[in-house]
Amino acid sequence: MDITVESIVFLIFGVLTLGSALLVVTTRNLFHGALYLMASLFGVAGLFVLLAAPFLAGVQIVVYIGAIAILIIFAIMLTPQVTAMRSVRTAQWPVAVAVAVIFFALLVSVVTPLMDELGVDDFAADFTQKSPPDVPADSLVRLGEQLVDLQQFMLPFEVASVLLMAALIGAVLLVWPEGTRSTPPGEAGDD
Amino acid sequence: MTELLQDIGLSHGLAVFIAKAVGVMVVGAFGLLWTLLGIWIERKAAGRFQDRLGPNRVGPFGLIQSIADTVKILLKEDLMPQGADRWVFNLAPIVSVVSVMLIWAVVPFSGSWIGSDLNIGVLYLVAVGAFGTVAVLMAGWSSNNKYALLSAFRSVAQLVSYEVPMVLALLVPVLLSGSMSTQTIVEQQHIMYLLAVPLTVLIFLTSGQAETGRGPFDLLEAESEIVSGFHIEYSGMKFGMFYVAEFLHAFTIGVLTAILFMGGWRGPFAEDVPLLGFIYLMIKSMVAYMVLIWVRMTLPRLRIDQLLDFNWKFLVPLSLVNLLVVAFVWKILPDTDQINSFGDALVPTLVLLVVNIALIAGVGAILRERGRRERQRVEARLTAAESAAAGD
Repeated sequence: MDITVESIVFLIFGVLTLGSALLVVTTRNLFHGALYLMASLFGVAGLFVLLAAPFLAGVQIVVYIGAIAILIIFAIMLTPQVTAMRSVRTAQWPVAVAVAVIFFALLVSVVTPLMDELGVDDFAADFTQKSPPDVPADSLVRLGEQLVDLQQFMLPFEVASVLLMAALIGAVLLVWPEGTRSTPPGEAGDD
Repeated sequence: MTELLQDIGLSHGLAVFIAKAVGVMVVGAFGLLWTLLGIWIERKAAGRFQDRLGPNRVGPFGLIQSIADTVKILLKEDLMPQGADRWVFNLAPIVSVVSVMLIWAVVPFSGSWIGSDLNIGVLYLVAVGAFGTVAVLMAGWSSNNKYALLSAFRSVAQLVSYEVPMVLALLVPVLLSGSMSTQTIVEQQHIMYLLAVPLTVLIFLTSGQAETGRGPFDLLEAESEIVSGFHIEYSGMKFGMFYVAEFLHAFTIGVLTAILFMGGWRGPFAEDVPLLGFIYLMIKSMVAYMVLIWVRMTLPRLRIDQLLDFNWKFLVPLSLVNLLVVAFVWKILPDTDQINSFGDALVPTLVLLVVNIALIAGVGAILRERGRRERQRVEARLTAAESAAAGD
């Protein structure tokens, strides 16, 4: 396995992703945990770039760091104790460890035959090329077209949109002040 | 440069790496050095807007005032609040500056000068903006000051809110050029998009002004009233970095306006002489930036409820309608997917301009009606209060 610049970058992002993920669950400070989570998600975005999927990398950052992680921080600030969290170790932890190990084994068992099928046997070389020959240059355009193609992913795309819309309306209804369901909150508080 | 490095015996990968690293340094250094001059220009312009002279003591016309300020700020004591979160506290100003500098990676300075011509350019702009939001939260939390924290939350609420109309406005040039690459968007502007979609430019500039937290949207760090917001505990160069980030972000909004709506580096002979394209880009950016300073120095601050009302009840619906209308018109116009010359672009531009003027007129009518009703409401309240006072 040759050491290329790409494989070094791959290692950096891999360590960043896994190391921060580990710190998320071990740190005693919830706010630091959220920041480590951001670093971990950023590492995943870097891996997407190495896999010649810049669009997914951009979306990863916009959605996970720009929106979800910020929301998590807002939620953390509303909790009574942010720093010096006590270690909460319930009787369930052996079960949790077992489930995690089984899930990891499952992932490996799924991904390994897939790599054989694709003819990938050298990770650093085949996964981190700048533009691999089997990734079309216009993959972004094709992604867009398939999302609105009736034969392809039109239905899932629309269902997801409707679901998000329903969640939006639900969120607005949840925070609507009691007893003023007929008037908007701004005008109800006048005078 | 890559060839030169390969000639002296470096491998291809290493040569590319070094060439890119040098490019990053050049763009970064340019951005930061430009800040020194830019702050002088801004203070001079702001002075004129407020009927004073602006900096005029250090050097000719006060030109090296910024350098003197830099030295002063570097020599200041570096304070660390008690109980502050050391790492996060030190990291926040860096993240803040970096999030702005990253934008410059996709700025096409001329036909061939661009850091990286990403095919997701516009999405990248939105993505790196997210780091700026994170920096605000980091600064607010790590300062161990409840006012800094409160202010950080309110700043983030503002940033996240105004991101919505901004992204919707960014979609319009993407739609018109059929690409997210900043270079392609510039190349596709045979006629400036400013002339086709002026309403989008207004939305972009407004939300951009709010994203940078400058007047009239600067109520959360109003220096004359509440002594700045989330960076209240910062001193010396760390405060300087927030200041630089804010200035550079505002100027970058000007650059983006020039690229996305004013044809970027395009101009007479710009294709043959890259330097000329760069000069055109800077001139256009300055024009857009001067508009931002003009607004900043002229309008009074909004209240927080006005700020959020203006975004969610006016700007977001407006940009949604604007996007839908532009997309619809663009779809029904013939041959809009192959515009290769000035002639091709003429008819669609004219049609879009007419539609935009109609939209602006409609919005103006709605605003006038709203304003009339608001005035009536206030007057009724005043008369009620007066008669109550007379009855006592």
